[in-house]
Amino acid sequence: MKTLLKVEDLSVDVGSARILKGLNLSVDRGEVILLLGPNGSGKSTFLHTLIGDPRYKPASGRIIFDGADVSQLPMVDRIKLGLSLGFQFPPKIRGVTLRFLAEKILEKRGLTRSEAGRLIEKYSHILNLDYLLDKDLYVGYSGGEIKRAELMLTLLQAPRLLMLDEPDSGVDVENLALVGSAISSYLSEDEGRSAIIITHTGYIGKYIKATKAYVMVDGRIICRGNPEILVSNILEHGFEKCFKCEGIS
Amino acid sequence: MRLREIRDALRRRALSALSKPSPYGLDIDTSRFTAGLGSGRLDLEDYIDAMESVGVDPKERDRSGSYYQVDNIAAYYSSRYKGLVVKPISEALEDEDILDYYWRAIPVDLDKYTAAAFLYERDGYYIRVDDGVDIPAPIQACLLLRSPSLLQVPHNIVVVGEGAKLHVLTGCTVAREKPGMHIGISEFYVKKGGLLTFTMIHSWSRGMHIRPRTSVYVDAGGVFVSQYITTSLVDSIQMYPTVYLIGEGGSAYLSSIIVGRGSSHIDVGGAIELKAARSTGEVVSRVLSMDESRIVSRGRIKGLVRGVKGHIECRGLILSDGSYIDAIPELEARAYDVQLTHEAAVGRIAEEEILYLMAKGFTEDEAKSIVVRGFLQPKLPMLPRQLADYLSVVMERIAYAL
Repeated sequence: MKTLLKVEDLSVDVGSARILKGLNLSVDRGEVILLLGPNGSGKSTFLHTLIGDPRYKPASGRIIFDGADVSQLPMVDRIKLGLSLGFQFPPKIRGVTLRFLAEKILEKRGLTRSEAGRLIEKYSHILNLDYLLDKDLYVGYSGGEIKRAELMLTLLQAPRLLMLDEPDSGVDVENLALVGSAISSYLSEDEGRSAIIITHTGYIGKYIKATKAYVMVDGRIICRGNPEILVSNILEHGFEKCFKCEGIS
Repeated sequence: MRLREIRDALRRRALSALSKPSPYGLDIDTSRFTAGLGSGRLDLEDYIDAMESVGVDPKERDRSGSYYQVDNIAAYYSSRYKGLVVKPISEALEDEDILDYYWRAIPVDLDKYTAAAFLYERDGYYIRVDDGVDIPAPIQACLLLRSPSLLQVPHNIVVVGEGAKLHVLTGCTVAREKPGMHIGISEFYVKKGGLLTFTMIHSWSRGMHIRPRTSVYVDAGGVFVSQYITTSLVDSIQMYPTVYLIGEGGSAYLSSIIVGRGSSHIDVGGAIELKAARSTGEVVSRVLSMDESRIVSRGRIKGLVRGVKGHIECRGLILSDGSYIDAIPELEARAYDVQLTHEAAVGRIAEEEILYLMAKGFTEDEAKSIVVRGFLQPKLPMLPRQLADYLSVVMERIAYAL
C-alpha cells in the first residue's frame, strides 16, 4: 500500500470558530511534505488534530493512517501506530531533565537501558545537545536549543510519520543546518518514513529533500506543487500568487 | 549545682507558659496525651521497615554513627569516628559541658509545647563534632513512637566545631497507626567555618500531632543546610524552624517538601535572620496538597544589617478539589543595602505540560507522575552523595505512588 496517511474532508472547530474547513491531503510512504501558509491559516491545528491532541476534535471528516481510521483514537494509541509531533512551543517542565524524558520515551518503546543510552548519545551528538542533557526541559534554553532538543525527543519516538511544527523558525544558520541534517538523516535511514513539516519560510527545504509542498490558507489546502518552485515563489511574492495556484483543482 | 539552678529557673518559666498557644497551626491540648517514659526497649526486628522508610539503616552501613530513641528513652547509640560524640542528652547533662547550649537557642516559654517538652524532658540526642573534624558519612537518628497516646518530647543538641563538617539524617516515625504527640526540641550550633546538613524525614500517621521546635545559630563563615520531608498521613504538623546567622558570611538553605494527605493540617515554615554582614539565606518549599489536606507554607527572611541577601521560593501544586495551600512569604528589610526577594506560585498541574507529555507517548497518569516527580525534585546542596541519591529515590517513589 502506497498511501500512509489520508485526510478526508477534515473540519475542526476551536471554540465557536471553524479553523479547518474540509481539508484533504494524503501522504505516501517515503514522502516528505512541506506545509506552508500564512499565520493563523490552521497549520498547527492540523498537525495537533492528526496527533490526537484532545483540544482539537474533528467536527467532520476522517483521518486514515496505514489503512485504519484513527480519528477517534486517543493520542497515546496514535503514537504507538507511528505518528509523532514536534511542538513549535514546547512547555518548560521544571525538575525534568532532557535526559530523563529521553530515557522515559525509550523505556516506553521497550528499549533496554544500554540501547537507550546509545541512542541518546547518538542524537545528542548529532544535534549538539550533550551539554543540555542534564538541564531542566526548556528552562532557560535559547530558541535554537529548544528546536534541537524538541527534535531529538520527537525522533527518539521513531515515528513512521514525522510531523514537525516550524522546526526552522527563530533558528540561526548553524542551528538550521544541525536540525535540517538530523531530519534528513533520520528520514534516509528508512525509505518508508514520511514527514509533514510546517515551515513559514521554507528555509528548512535547503537541507531536506522534500517531495511536495502544500499551501494552506484559511483552513484549506489551496495549492500544491514542486517544493523548490513553490517556496521560491512564496519567498518572492508572498502567498498572493498561491490563490491563483493551478497545481490543484 | 549550676544545672539544678538553671533547671529551676527553666521550670518556673515553663510552668508560666503551659497554656500559651502558638501563633501558628491547630491549638492542641497537650494534656490529652500521656506524659510518661513509655518503653525504651527496641526490638529492632519489629521496626526495620519503619526505620528504613525514613532513611535509617539498621545495619548502619555508610553511617558515621546512630542514635535510636523509642518513646522517651534512648535505646541505642554509637559513634564510629574520633572527634564525634553521640549520646543521650540525659547523659550529656551529667558528663559533658553543655550548659551553654541547653535551652539557649529556644526559649522554654516560647509556647505551651516548649514548656511541656521541658517539663517532661528525658532524652534526645547530643551530637558534637570537634573542631576541624570532617565526618563524611551521615550520622542517623531514629525517633520512634511506640506507646499509644504518648507525648514524645526528645530534646536534641548538635554542636559543630570550628571548621568541622557533619551530616545528620533524622527519621521520625510511629510504630503503628496510633494517636500521639511529638514535640522535638532541636538546638543546633555551627561554629566558625563549620558545616551542618540536617535532613529530616517524617512518616507519621493519623491521630498524630507534631510540633517540632528548632533554632540554629551559625557563626562566621558557617553553613547550615536543612531538608525536611513529610509525605504521610498525619493529623497536624506545625513548625517554623529559625536560623540565626550571627557571624560574617554565614549562610543557610532551608528546603521543605510537603505532601498533604487525608485531612492533615500542615503549617510549615522556614525563617532566617541575617544578622551579620555578607550573610545569605534561602528558603525553598515544594508543597503538594491532596484529599482534604490544608497546608500553610511560610517563609520569612529578615535582613538586619547592610550587605546581606535572601531569597524565598515557594511553589505549590493543588491536586484535589477539597485541599488548600496558603503560601505566605515574608521579607523584612531593616537596613540600607539589603537584597531580599521572593517568588511564590500555587496552582494545579499545567494542562499544557500534561498534553505535551501525552504527545510524547505517555498516558495521562504517566504524564502527571513525570510532572509531579519533577516538581518534587529537590536541589540538594552540600549533601553527601548517598543521601542525595536516597532522597531522589524517595521522591521518585512518592511521585509514582500518587
